[in-house]
Amino acid sequence: MKKNENELTWKDLEIGLIVTEPGSTREYRTGDWRSQLPRYDFAKCIKCGLCKLYCPEGCIKENADGYFEANMFWCKGCGICAKECPTGVISMAEEEE
Amino acid sequence: MGKRIGIEVSLAIAEAAKMANTDVVAAYPITPQTHIVEHLAELVASGEMNAEYIPVESEHSAMSACLGSAVVGARTFTATAGQGLELMHEVLYVASAMRLPIIMAVANRALSSPLNVWGDQSDMMAVRDTGWIQIICENGQEAFDLTVCAFRIGEDRRVLLPVMIHADGFYLTHVVEPIEFPKQEEVDRFLPPNQFPLPLDPDKPVTMGAFTPPVMYTEAKKAQEVNLRASKKIILEHWAEFGKAFGRHYHPIEQYRTEGAKTLLLTLGSFGETAMTAVDKLRSEGKEVGLLKLRLWRPFPFEEVRQAVGNAETLIVLDRALSTGGPGGPVFSEIRSALYSEKKRPRIVGFVAGLGGRDITVAEFEKMVKRSSELAKTGGEQEFEMFGVRE
Repeated sequence: MKKNENELTWKDLEIGLIVTEPGSTREYRTGDWRSQLPRYDFAKCIKCGLCKLYCPEGCIKENADGYFEANMFWCKGCGICAKECPTGVISMAEEEE
Repeated sequence: MGKRIGIEVSLAIAEAAKMANTDVVAAYPITPQTHIVEHLAELVASGEMNAEYIPVESEHSAMSACLGSAVVGARTFTATAGQGLELMHEVLYVASAMRLPIIMAVANRALSSPLNVWGDQSDMMAVRDTGWIQIICENGQEAFDLTVCAFRIGEDRRVLLPVMIHADGFYLTHVVEPIEFPKQEEVDRFLPPNQFPLPLDPDKPVTMGAFTPPVMYTEAKKAQEVNLRASKKIILEHWAEFGKAFGRHYHPIEQYRTEGAKTLLLTLGSFGETAMTAVDKLRSEGKEVGLLKLRLWRPFPFEEVRQAVGNAETLIVLDRALSTGGPGGPVFSEIRSALYSEKKRPRIVGFVAGLGGRDITVAEFEKMVKRSSELAKTGGEQEFEMFGVRE
């Protein structure tokens, strides 16, 4: 998207609001929806990747050290990763402004 | 020119869709639309029509299948009536907002309850705000012509909107009329192929009907509103082209013997034919009465209506639908609203009649004219009357 969605006028819209740019949803910051965020204690992590499998947003990736971390641009703070983690790596903390 | 043949109007509408080289028909049969889709099914089954006929399990599915067809750029036709149109309701909004040129004939029918399969315009009025272009036919020839025109209008790159062609159930759909059929090559010349600009195509992926948050929804609706309003000019352009090619001319509001008329009747659809006979009779008695027949319901032709009403003293609006508990019939309240800002405007009398297949005779149109002058004299407080109801 060339313009920020807050700057788009009705004249900028494609007919029928058709989206012609594939994958543009990636620019949608769903992280804004979050009221809690994951905290990690990687000392307990066995690198099983279950959190990545369960993440409904698909925003968890393996980092350079092989640990799995959520991307805060998209993470909605649902807490499913924390619930599913078999070794208790992830805890959910209140999001602060 | 082609040939003039006696044919049931429903079949003529189906023939129009065939001659328009429709690619896909997705429809569910319902009285009084049944003959239209039955005939299309026959045409496809016999190989006379090279189209895909999708039998579906409901009208909701019919319109949904039409969406699917239109998004790949296929020329798409369907038809329904009454309850069927209501069952499609939510999908109608999707078709218009996604700018899909689906053409649909509606055999206007009363809405339940009480269950009634006969004609009135309740179904048309219930889908007023769905964002479709809505065009009304008075007779079989118009039903054929305007169906052909609808494809050219809807598919125009500047329009890209679905179009409803309204034809009164039974009064029109089930009568046999002499209808002039153009030659196939004449229709082909008039109707360029459908070229939807952004069809679903794996090589050029697009997303359609995506979720839209508050930050964009209002802009999307504004774009839709501007587009539908602007389509009027283009509708007129195509009707003018049709007139040039076929010699039959269509306007947003048709006028009959309105010159010097102090009283004007305004009707929609087939009842205009009876009203014309009533006007002839009243004119022969020296009464200055004329008739307006609204053809374009959406986009609403504000300027043309104001112009047509002119200096009339009384305007009688006939609604064949009731806005229960509201300001009168939907047409009445819209006409009144369109004229409200005029410095000089007629006294507007609304009658709701002709519901659920009840006829309005020439004598009853005469009575309406008489009743309107009574109301004008007494300055009647009533906003509208249900005409001909047994008290």
